[in-house]
Amino acid sequence: MNESLWDLLLRSFLPIVGGAVTGTIPLALLSFALGLVIALGIALMRLSRIFVVSGIARVYISIIRGTPLLVQLFVIFYGLPSIGILVDPWPSAIIAFSLNVGGYAAEVIRAAILSVPKGQWEAGYTIGMSRGQTLVRVILPQAARVSVPPLSNTFISLVKDTSLASLILVTELFRQAQEIAAFSQEFMALYIEAAVVYWVICLVLSSAQSVLEKRLDRYVAH
Amino acid sequence: MSPTDPLAPAPLDAPIEAPLLVARGIRKSFGEVEVLKSIDLTVPRGDVVALIGPSGSGKTTVLRSLNGLEVPEAGTVAFAGGDVVDFAERPTKRQLASLRDRSAMVFQQFNLFPHRTVLENVIEGPVQVQKRPKAEAIADARALLERVGLGAKADAYPFELSGGQQQRVGIVRALALKPQLLLFDEPTSALDPELVGDVLDVIRELATEGWTMVLVTHELTFATHVADTIVFMDGGVVVESGPPSEVLQNPREPRTKQFLHRLLDR
Repeated sequence: MNESLWDLLLRSFLPIVGGAVTGTIPLALLSFALGLVIALGIALMRLSRIFVVSGIARVYISIIRGTPLLVQLFVIFYGLPSIGILVDPWPSAIIAFSLNVGGYAAEVIRAAILSVPKGQWEAGYTIGMSRGQTLVRVILPQAARVSVPPLSNTFISLVKDTSLASLILVTELFRQAQEIAAFSQEFMALYIEAAVVYWVICLVLSSAQSVLEKRLDRYVAH
Repeated sequence: MSPTDPLAPAPLDAPIEAPLLVARGIRKSFGEVEVLKSIDLTVPRGDVVALIGPSGSGKTTVLRSLNGLEVPEAGTVAFAGGDVVDFAERPTKRQLASLRDRSAMVFQQFNLFPHRTVLENVIEGPVQVQKRPKAEAIADARALLERVGLGAKADAYPFELSGGQQQRVGIVRALALKPQLLLFDEPTSALDPELVGDVLDVIRELATEGWTMVLVTHELTFATHVADTIVFMDGGVVVESGPPSEVLQNPREPRTKQFLHRLLDR
Protein backbone atom coordinates (compact mmCIF):
# COMPACT_ATOMS: atom_id res chain seq x y z
CA MET A 1 0.00 0.00 0.00
CA ASN A 2 1.45 3.35 -0.93
CA GLU A 3 1.90 6.18 1.46
CA SER A 4 -0.75 8.48 0.04
CA LEU A 5 -3.42 5.79 0.49
CA TRP A 6 -2.47 5.37 4.15
CA ASP A 7 -2.58 9.08 4.49
CA LEU A 8 -6.04 9.18 2.93
CA LEU A 9 -7.34 6.45 5.27
CA LEU A 10 -5.97 8.32 8.28
CA ARG A 11 -7.33 11.65 7.17
CA SER A 12 -10.76 10.16 6.37
CA PHE A 13 -10.95 8.26 9.64
CA LEU A 14 -11.99 11.24 11.70
CA PRO A 15 -14.82 12.38 9.38
CA ILE A 16 -16.11 8.80 9.12
CA VAL A 17 -16.07 8.22 12.88
CA GLY A 18 -17.55 11.69 13.21
CA GLY A 19 -20.36 10.57 10.93
CA ALA A 20 -20.91 7.59 13.21
CA VAL A 21 -20.93 9.72 16.35
CA THR A 22 -23.16 12.51 15.05
CA GLY A 23 -25.21 10.48 12.59
CA THR A 24 -25.31 6.71 12.76
CA ILE A 25 -25.28 6.24 16.54
CA PRO A 26 -27.83 8.89 17.57
CA LEU A 27 -30.04 7.90 14.65
CA ALA A 28 -29.96 4.26 15.70
CA LEU A 29 -30.43 4.95 19.42
CA LEU A 30 -33.29 7.37 18.98
CA SER A 31 -35.08 5.24 16.39
CA PHE A 32 -34.66 2.12 18.50
CA ALA A 33 -36.02 3.79 21.64
CA LEU A 34 -39.04 5.16 19.78
CA GLY A 35 -39.39 1.88 17.92
CA LEU A 36 -39.58 -0.09 21.17
CA VAL A 37 -42.38 2.13 22.43
CA ILE A 38 -44.28 1.59 19.17
CA ALA A 39 -43.50 -2.14 19.32
CA LEU A 40 -44.84 -2.51 22.86
CA GLY A 41 -48.04 -0.74 21.84
CA ILE A 42 -48.43 -2.86 18.70
CA ALA A 43 -47.63 -6.07 20.62
CA LEU A 44 -50.30 -5.29 23.22
CA MET A 45 -52.79 -4.43 20.47
CA ARG A 46 -51.94 -7.68 18.74
CA LEU A 47 -52.67 -9.55 21.99
CA SER A 48 -56.00 -7.79 22.42
CA ARG A 49 -59.15 -9.88 22.41
CA ILE A 50 -60.91 -7.11 20.49
CA PHE A 51 -60.72 -8.20 16.85
CA VAL A 52 -60.49 -4.73 15.34
CA VAL A 53 -57.61 -3.78 17.62
CA SER A 54 -55.58 -6.92 16.97
CA GLY A 55 -56.46 -6.62 13.28
CA ILE A 56 -54.96 -3.13 13.04
CA ALA A 57 -51.77 -4.42 14.66
CA ARG A 58 -51.63 -7.36 12.24
CA VAL A 59 -51.99 -5.09 9.22
CA TYR A 60 -49.32 -2.74 10.56
CA ILE A 61 -46.84 -5.56 11.10
CA SER A 62 -47.65 -7.02 7.71
CA ILE A 63 -47.03 -3.72 5.88
CA ILE A 64 -43.78 -3.00 7.73
CA ARG A 65 -42.39 -6.47 7.17
CA GLY A 66 -43.75 -6.78 3.67
CA THR A 67 -42.19 -3.64 2.19
CA PRO A 68 -38.51 -2.70 1.85
CA LEU A 69 -37.12 -0.26 4.39
CA LEU A 70 -35.63 1.80 1.57
CA VAL A 71 -39.07 2.17 0.02
CA GLN A 72 -40.54 3.22 3.38
CA LEU A 73 -37.79 5.80 3.71
CA PHE A 74 -38.42 7.15 0.20
CA VAL A 75 -42.17 7.31 0.69
CA ILE A 76 -41.65 9.56 3.70
CA PHE A 77 -38.87 11.76 2.35
CA TYR A 78 -39.60 11.92 -1.39
CA GLY A 79 -43.24 10.84 -1.43
CA LEU A 80 -44.90 12.94 1.23
CA PRO A 81 -43.81 16.31 -0.26
CA SER A 82 -45.95 15.59 -3.33
CA ILE A 83 -49.02 15.66 -1.09
CA GLY A 84 -47.75 18.78 0.61
CA ILE A 85 -46.01 17.26 3.61
CA LEU A 86 -42.35 18.22 3.77
CA VAL A 87 -40.24 16.34 6.26
CA ASP A 88 -36.55 17.12 6.78
CA PRO A 89 -33.97 14.36 6.30
CA TRP A 90 -33.36 13.65 9.99
CA PRO A 91 -37.01 13.45 11.08
CA SER A 92 -37.78 11.40 7.96
CA ALA A 93 -35.09 8.91 8.86
CA ILE A 94 -36.19 8.69 12.49
CA ILE A 95 -39.83 8.23 11.54
CA ALA A 96 -39.04 5.53 9.00
CA PHE A 97 -36.60 3.63 11.20
CA SER A 98 -38.73 3.73 14.33
CA LEU A 99 -41.87 2.62 12.47
CA ASN A 100 -39.79 -0.19 10.99
CA VAL A 101 -38.36 -1.30 14.34
CA GLY A 102 -41.89 -1.02 15.76
CA GLY A 103 -43.12 -3.63 13.31
CA TYR A 104 -40.32 -6.11 13.76
CA ALA A 105 -39.88 -5.76 17.52
CA ALA A 106 -43.65 -6.01 18.09
CA GLU A 107 -43.54 -9.69 17.18
CA VAL A 108 -40.53 -10.26 19.43
CA ILE A 109 -42.24 -8.57 22.37
CA ARG A 110 -45.51 -10.38 21.74
CA ALA A 111 -43.74 -13.74 21.75
CA ALA A 112 -41.82 -12.78 24.90
CA ILE A 113 -45.02 -11.80 26.71
CA LEU A 114 -46.63 -15.09 25.68
CA SER A 115 -43.59 -17.01 26.93
CA VAL A 116 -44.29 -15.96 30.53
CA PRO A 117 -46.38 -18.69 32.20
CA LYS A 118 -50.08 -17.96 32.73
CA GLY A 119 -49.61 -18.59 36.45
CA GLN A 120 -47.62 -15.37 36.69
CA TRP A 121 -50.63 -13.36 35.52
CA GLU A 122 -52.80 -15.25 37.99
CA ALA A 123 -50.37 -14.63 40.85
CA GLY A 124 -50.51 -10.92 40.03
CA TYR A 125 -54.31 -10.90 39.98
CA THR A 126 -54.62 -12.80 43.25
CA ILE A 127 -52.43 -10.32 45.11
CA GLY A 128 -54.87 -7.69 43.89
CA MET A 129 -53.04 -6.26 40.89
CA SER A 130 -54.84 -4.96 37.84
CA ARG A 131 -54.00 -6.21 34.35
CA GLY A 132 -51.81 -3.19 33.72
CA GLN A 133 -49.98 -3.50 37.02
CA THR A 134 -49.38 -7.20 36.46
CA LEU A 135 -48.09 -6.48 32.96
CA VAL A 136 -45.65 -3.83 34.11
CA ARG A 137 -44.44 -5.36 37.37
CA VAL A 138 -44.67 -9.08 36.72
CA ILE A 139 -44.83 -9.93 33.03
CA LEU A 140 -42.65 -7.37 31.22
CA PRO A 141 -39.58 -7.81 33.47
CA GLN A 142 -39.67 -11.53 32.70
CA ALA A 143 -40.43 -10.94 29.03
CA ALA A 144 -37.48 -8.55 28.85
CA ARG A 145 -35.08 -11.35 29.67
CA VAL A 146 -36.41 -13.52 26.88
CA SER A 147 -36.43 -10.72 24.35
CA VAL A 148 -32.87 -9.43 24.80
CA PRO A 149 -31.24 -11.72 22.21
CA PRO A 150 -33.81 -11.15 19.43
CA LEU A 151 -34.05 -7.42 20.18
CA SER A 152 -30.26 -7.18 20.03
CA ASN A 153 -30.50 -8.61 16.54
CA THR A 154 -33.05 -5.97 15.64
CA PHE A 155 -30.82 -3.23 17.03
CA ILE A 156 -27.70 -4.42 15.24
CA SER A 157 -29.63 -4.65 11.98
CA LEU A 158 -30.89 -1.14 12.58
CA VAL A 159 -27.37 0.23 13.08
CA LYS A 160 -26.40 -1.09 9.68
CA ASP A 161 -29.69 -0.07 8.06
CA THR A 162 -29.09 3.55 9.05
CA SER A 163 -26.65 3.64 6.13
CA LEU A 164 -29.79 3.88 3.97
CA ALA A 165 -30.32 7.34 5.43
CA SER A 166 -27.40 8.49 3.31
CA LEU A 167 -29.83 8.24 0.38
CA ILE A 168 -32.10 10.86 1.89
CA LEU A 169 -29.22 13.24 2.57
CA VAL A 170 -28.57 12.47 6.25
CA THR A 171 -24.92 13.00 7.00
CA GLU A 172 -23.88 9.81 8.71
CA LEU A 173 -21.04 7.34 8.60
CA PHE A 174 -21.61 5.95 5.13
CA ARG A 175 -22.37 9.28 3.50
CA GLN A 176 -19.08 10.65 4.80
CA ALA A 177 -17.26 7.67 3.32
CA GLN A 178 -19.09 8.07 0.02
CA GLU A 179 -18.20 11.73 -0.27
CA ILE A 180 -14.53 11.18 0.43
CA ALA A 181 -14.49 8.20 -1.93
CA ALA A 182 -16.05 10.20 -4.73
CA PHE A 183 -13.58 12.99 -4.22
CA SER A 184 -10.48 10.80 -3.96
CA GLN A 185 -11.64 7.99 -6.30
CA GLU A 186 -10.37 5.44 -3.73
CA PHE A 187 -13.63 3.51 -3.49
CA MET A 188 -12.31 0.18 -2.27
CA ALA A 189 -10.26 1.64 0.56
CA LEU A 190 -12.94 3.97 1.85
CA TYR A 191 -15.83 1.52 1.70
CA ILE A 192 -13.76 -1.06 3.53
CA GLU A 193 -12.87 1.55 6.09
CA ALA A 194 -16.57 2.32 6.54
CA ALA A 195 -17.32 -1.40 6.84
CA VAL A 196 -14.70 -1.77 9.56
CA VAL A 197 -16.19 1.10 11.56
CA TYR A 198 -19.69 -0.50 11.32
CA TRP A 199 -18.20 -3.79 12.38
CA VAL A 200 -16.51 -2.28 15.43
CA ILE A 201 -19.76 -0.61 16.50
CA CYS A 202 -21.56 -3.93 16.22
CA LEU A 203 -18.84 -5.71 18.19
CA VAL A 204 -19.35 -3.24 21.01
CA LEU A 205 -23.10 -3.84 20.84
CA SER A 206 -22.65 -7.61 20.96
CA SER A 207 -20.61 -7.39 24.13
CA ALA A 208 -23.18 -5.00 25.61
CA GLN A 209 -25.75 -7.69 24.83
CA SER A 210 -23.83 -10.33 26.79
CA VAL A 211 -23.50 -8.00 29.77
CA LEU A 212 -27.23 -7.30 29.70
CA GLU A 213 -28.08 -11.00 29.36
CA LYS A 214 -25.91 -11.88 32.35
CA ARG A 215 -27.54 -9.16 34.39
CA LEU A 216 -31.06 -10.32 33.54
CA ASP A 217 -30.12 -13.95 34.14
CA ARG A 218 -29.18 -13.43 37.76
CA TYR A 219 -32.50 -14.75 39.02
CA VAL A 220 -32.56 -17.86 36.84
CA ALA A 221 -31.20 -21.28 37.76
CA HIS A 222 -28.12 -22.24 35.74
CA MET B 1 -83.43 -8.31 48.19
CA SER B 2 -85.36 -9.40 51.25
CA PRO B 3 -83.68 -9.32 54.66
CA THR B 4 -84.04 -13.09 54.96
CA ASP B 5 -82.21 -13.71 51.69
CA PRO B 6 -79.11 -15.71 52.58
CA LEU B 7 -77.23 -13.77 49.93
CA ALA B 8 -78.00 -10.37 51.33
CA PRO B 9 -74.68 -8.79 52.19
CA ALA B 10 -74.15 -8.78 55.91
CA PRO B 11 -73.12 -5.48 57.46
CA LEU B 12 -69.41 -4.99 57.99
CA ASP B 13 -69.75 -5.69 61.69
CA ALA B 14 -71.56 -8.89 60.83
CA PRO B 15 -72.03 -11.28 63.70
CA ILE B 16 -69.35 -13.89 63.91
CA GLU B 17 -71.87 -16.61 62.98
CA ALA B 18 -72.54 -15.17 59.51
CA PRO B 19 -70.67 -17.21 56.91
CA LEU B 20 -67.65 -15.42 55.52
CA LEU B 21 -68.33 -16.60 52.01
CA VAL B 22 -71.36 -17.95 50.26
CA ALA B 23 -71.31 -19.29 46.73
CA ARG B 24 -74.53 -20.38 45.07
CA GLY B 25 -75.34 -22.13 41.80
CA ILE B 26 -71.86 -21.94 40.27
CA ARG B 27 -71.92 -23.31 36.73
CA LYS B 28 -68.99 -23.52 34.39
CA SER B 29 -68.33 -25.18 31.04
CA PHE B 30 -65.13 -25.50 29.08
CA GLY B 31 -66.38 -25.77 25.53
CA GLU B 32 -68.89 -28.62 25.44
CA VAL B 33 -67.86 -30.03 28.79
CA GLU B 34 -69.88 -28.90 31.76
CA VAL B 35 -67.33 -29.03 34.57
CA LEU B 36 -69.48 -27.47 37.30
CA LYS B 37 -73.19 -28.19 37.49
CA SER B 38 -74.57 -25.75 40.01
CA ILE B 39 -72.25 -25.82 42.98
CA ASP B 40 -73.16 -24.37 46.37
CA LEU B 41 -70.50 -23.68 48.95
CA THR B 42 -70.69 -22.02 52.34
CA VAL B 43 -67.55 -21.10 54.21
CA PRO B 44 -68.14 -20.20 57.85
CA ARG B 45 -65.77 -17.74 59.46
CA GLY B 46 -62.75 -19.41 60.97
CA ASP B 47 -63.47 -22.75 59.33
CA VAL B 48 -61.37 -24.90 57.06
CA VAL B 49 -63.28 -26.31 54.11
CA ALA B 50 -61.50 -29.05 52.17
CA LEU B 51 -62.57 -29.87 48.62
CA ILE B 52 -61.72 -33.44 47.70
CA GLY B 53 -62.55 -35.69 44.79
CA PRO B 54 -61.08 -37.40 41.75
CA SER B 55 -59.18 -35.50 39.05
CA GLY B 56 -61.54 -33.65 36.79
CA SER B 57 -64.23 -33.46 39.44
CA GLY B 58 -64.15 -29.66 39.24
CA LYS B 59 -62.75 -28.87 42.68
CA THR B 60 -59.99 -26.58 41.43
CA THR B 61 -62.47 -24.80 39.17
CA VAL B 62 -64.70 -24.15 42.18
CA LEU B 63 -61.76 -22.70 44.07
CA ARG B 64 -60.75 -20.50 41.14
CA SER B 65 -64.33 -19.27 40.75
CA LEU B 66 -64.23 -17.87 44.28
CA ASN B 67 -61.71 -15.20 43.28
CA GLY B 68 -62.71 -14.83 39.65
CA LEU B 69 -59.64 -16.50 38.13
CA GLU B 70 -62.28 -18.63 36.47
CA VAL B 71 -65.39 -16.76 35.42
CA PRO B 72 -68.41 -19.06 35.75
CA GLU B 73 -71.39 -18.74 33.40
CA ALA B 74 -73.80 -18.53 36.27
CA GLY B 75 -73.91 -18.36 40.02
CA THR B 76 -73.10 -15.89 42.75
CA VAL B 77 -70.21 -15.41 45.12
CA ALA B 78 -70.51 -13.09 48.07
CA PHE B 79 -68.32 -12.23 51.00
CA ALA B 80 -69.91 -11.07 54.21
CA GLY B 81 -70.04 -7.30 53.97
CA GLY B 82 -69.17 -7.29 50.28
CA ASP B 83 -70.90 -7.13 46.93
CA VAL B 84 -72.83 -10.11 45.65
CA VAL B 85 -71.00 -10.94 42.46
CA ASP B 86 -73.50 -12.44 40.04
CA PHE B 87 -71.71 -14.20 37.22
CA ALA B 88 -74.81 -14.17 35.04
CA GLU B 89 -73.35 -10.89 33.85
CA ARG B 90 -69.72 -10.29 33.02
CA PRO B 91 -68.12 -9.28 36.32
CA THR B 92 -66.84 -5.73 36.48
CA LYS B 93 -63.30 -4.89 37.54
CA ARG B 94 -64.72 -3.57 40.77
CA GLN B 95 -66.51 -6.84 41.48
CA LEU B 96 -63.44 -8.93 40.76
CA ALA B 97 -61.42 -6.61 42.96
CA SER B 98 -63.95 -7.04 45.76
CA LEU B 99 -63.37 -10.82 45.63
CA ARG B 100 -59.60 -10.57 45.29
CA ASP B 101 -59.17 -7.96 48.01
CA ARG B 102 -60.67 -10.33 50.53
CA SER B 103 -58.92 -13.49 49.47
CA ALA B 104 -55.43 -14.67 48.69
CA MET B 105 -54.37 -17.78 46.84
CA VAL B 106 -51.64 -20.36 47.19
CA PHE B 107 -50.96 -22.19 43.93
CA GLN B 108 -49.98 -25.77 43.18
CA GLN B 109 -47.01 -24.51 41.14
CA PHE B 110 -46.20 -21.75 43.70
CA ASN B 111 -46.17 -19.04 40.98
CA LEU B 112 -43.63 -16.95 42.84
CA PHE B 113 -42.25 -14.02 40.86
CA PRO B 114 -38.88 -15.39 39.71
CA HIS B 115 -37.36 -11.96 39.11
CA ARG B 116 -37.93 -10.81 42.65
CA THR B 117 -36.33 -11.95 45.89
CA VAL B 118 -38.32 -13.75 48.55
CA LEU B 119 -38.84 -10.51 50.47
CA GLU B 120 -39.82 -8.60 47.32
CA ASN B 121 -42.31 -11.33 46.47
CA VAL B 122 -43.93 -10.99 49.87
CA ILE B 123 -44.14 -7.17 49.99
CA GLU B 124 -45.27 -6.75 46.37
CA GLY B 125 -48.99 -6.90 47.18
CA PRO B 126 -48.91 -4.91 50.43
CA VAL B 127 -46.76 -2.12 48.92
CA GLN B 128 -47.91 -1.95 45.29
CA VAL B 129 -51.59 -2.80 45.75
CA GLN B 130 -52.49 -1.99 49.33
CA LYS B 131 -50.15 1.05 49.39
CA ARG B 132 -48.88 0.25 52.84
CA PRO B 133 -45.66 1.94 53.98
CA LYS B 134 -42.72 -0.07 52.70
CA ALA B 135 -40.88 -0.24 56.03
CA GLU B 136 -43.96 -1.63 57.75
CA ALA B 137 -44.54 -4.16 54.97
CA ILE B 138 -40.93 -5.30 55.18
CA ALA B 139 -41.11 -5.71 58.96
CA ASP B 140 -44.31 -7.76 58.63
CA ALA B 141 -42.83 -9.83 55.82
CA ARG B 142 -39.70 -10.61 57.81
CA ALA B 143 -41.76 -11.66 60.82
CA LEU B 144 -43.90 -13.95 58.68
CA LEU B 145 -40.86 -15.47 56.95
CA GLU B 146 -39.29 -16.05 60.34
CA ARG B 147 -42.41 -17.89 61.44
CA VAL B 148 -42.24 -20.38 58.58
CA GLY B 149 -38.52 -20.87 59.12
CA LEU B 150 -37.36 -18.83 56.13
CA GLY B 151 -36.03 -15.73 57.86
CA ALA B 152 -32.58 -16.40 56.45
CA LYS B 153 -33.89 -16.67 52.88
CA ALA B 154 -35.39 -13.19 52.59
CA ASP B 155 -32.84 -12.06 50.00
CA ALA B 156 -32.71 -15.31 48.03
CA TYR B 157 -34.34 -15.66 44.62
CA PRO B 158 -37.05 -18.31 44.27
CA PHE B 159 -34.84 -20.56 42.09
CA GLU B 160 -32.43 -20.88 45.02
CA LEU B 161 -35.12 -22.51 47.19
CA SER B 162 -36.49 -26.04 47.36
CA GLY B 163 -40.10 -26.64 46.34
CA GLY B 164 -41.19 -26.83 49.96
CA GLN B 165 -39.47 -23.54 50.75
CA GLN B 166 -40.99 -21.90 47.68
CA GLN B 167 -44.44 -23.01 48.73
CA ARG B 168 -43.93 -21.62 52.22
CA VAL B 169 -43.00 -18.31 50.59
CA GLY B 170 -46.19 -18.66 48.55
CA ILE B 171 -48.15 -19.01 51.77
CA VAL B 172 -46.36 -16.03 53.35
CA ARG B 173 -47.05 -13.95 50.24
CA ALA B 174 -50.75 -14.74 50.70
CA LEU B 175 -50.71 -14.03 54.44
CA ALA B 176 -48.95 -10.70 53.97
CA LEU B 177 -52.07 -9.41 52.23
CA LYS B 178 -53.99 -9.94 55.48
CA PRO B 179 -56.87 -11.55 53.60
CA GLN B 180 -60.09 -12.75 55.15
CA LEU B 181 -59.94 -16.00 53.21
CA LEU B 182 -57.04 -18.19 52.14
CA LEU B 183 -57.46 -20.34 49.04
CA PHE B 184 -55.14 -23.30 48.60
CA ASP B 185 -55.03 -25.09 45.25
CA GLU B 186 -53.40 -28.48 45.85
CA PRO B 187 -50.55 -26.81 47.73
CA THR B 188 -48.49 -29.98 48.13
CA SER B 189 -49.15 -31.76 44.83
CA ALA B 190 -46.04 -30.42 43.12
CA LEU B 191 -43.74 -31.25 46.01
CA ASP B 192 -41.39 -34.14 46.56
CA PRO B 193 -42.89 -36.41 49.25
CA GLU B 194 -40.28 -35.51 51.86
CA LEU B 195 -41.08 -31.79 51.50
CA VAL B 196 -44.84 -32.13 51.93
CA GLY B 197 -44.71 -32.25 55.72
CA ASP B 198 -43.21 -28.79 56.23
CA VAL B 199 -45.89 -27.17 54.13
CA LEU B 200 -48.72 -29.10 55.77
CA ASP B 201 -47.36 -28.09 59.19
CA VAL B 202 -47.65 -24.43 58.24
CA ILE B 203 -51.21 -24.87 56.96
CA ARG B 204 -52.17 -26.81 60.10
CA GLU B 205 -50.81 -24.01 62.25
CA LEU B 206 -52.84 -21.43 60.32
CA ALA B 207 -55.96 -23.52 60.82
CA THR B 208 -55.32 -23.61 64.55
CA GLU B 209 -54.93 -19.84 64.59
CA GLY B 210 -58.41 -19.49 63.15
CA TRP B 211 -57.72 -18.55 59.54
CA THR B 212 -60.62 -19.21 57.23
CA MET B 213 -59.49 -21.44 54.38
CA VAL B 214 -60.72 -23.32 51.38
CA LEU B 215 -58.35 -26.07 50.46
CA VAL B 216 -58.25 -28.34 47.43
CA THR B 217 -56.22 -31.35 48.42
CA HIS B 218 -55.41 -34.99 47.86
CA GLU B 219 -54.00 -35.35 51.36
CA LEU B 220 -56.98 -37.08 52.96
CA THR B 221 -55.33 -37.79 56.29
CA PHE B 222 -54.35 -34.17 56.55
CA ALA B 223 -57.86 -33.05 55.57
CA THR B 224 -59.31 -35.29 58.27
CA HIS B 225 -57.24 -33.52 60.87
CA VAL B 226 -57.54 -29.88 59.84
CA ALA B 227 -60.85 -29.54 58.02
CA ASP B 228 -64.10 -28.61 59.68
CA THR B 229 -66.00 -29.50 56.54
CA ILE B 230 -65.15 -31.93 53.78
CA VAL B 231 -66.80 -31.36 50.43
CA PHE B 232 -66.60 -34.39 48.17
CA MET B 233 -67.04 -33.55 44.50
CA ASP B 234 -67.39 -35.80 41.49
CA GLY B 235 -68.42 -35.03 37.91
CA GLY B 236 -69.03 -31.35 38.62
CA VAL B 237 -71.42 -31.80 41.52
CA VAL B 238 -71.07 -31.86 45.29
CA VAL B 239 -71.80 -35.50 46.11
CA GLU B 240 -71.72 -35.07 49.85
CA SER B 241 -70.38 -32.69 52.44
CA GLY B 242 -70.09 -32.58 56.19
CA PRO B 243 -67.55 -32.99 58.97
CA PRO B 244 -64.65 -35.36 58.26
CA SER B 245 -66.02 -37.85 60.75
CA GLU B 246 -69.05 -38.29 58.49
CA VAL B 247 -67.78 -37.83 54.96
CA LEU B 248 -64.44 -39.59 55.33
CA GLN B 249 -65.08 -42.08 58.07
CA ASN B 250 -68.72 -42.82 57.52
CA PRO B 251 -69.73 -41.81 53.98
CA ARG B 252 -73.35 -42.12 52.94
CA GLU B 253 -73.01 -41.88 49.18
CA PRO B 254 -71.79 -44.86 47.11
CA ARG B 255 -69.58 -42.58 45.01
CA THR B 256 -67.81 -41.28 48.10
CA LYS B 257 -67.28 -44.82 49.37
CA GLN B 258 -65.92 -45.87 46.01
CA PHE B 259 -63.50 -42.93 45.91
CA LEU B 260 -62.24 -43.55 49.43
CA HIS B 261 -61.88 -47.27 48.76
CA ARG B 262 -59.78 -46.67 45.69
CA LEU B 263 -57.48 -44.40 47.67
CA LEU B 264 -57.21 -46.81 50.59
CA ASP B 265 -56.55 -49.82 48.34
CA ARG B 266 -53.36 -48.25 47.10
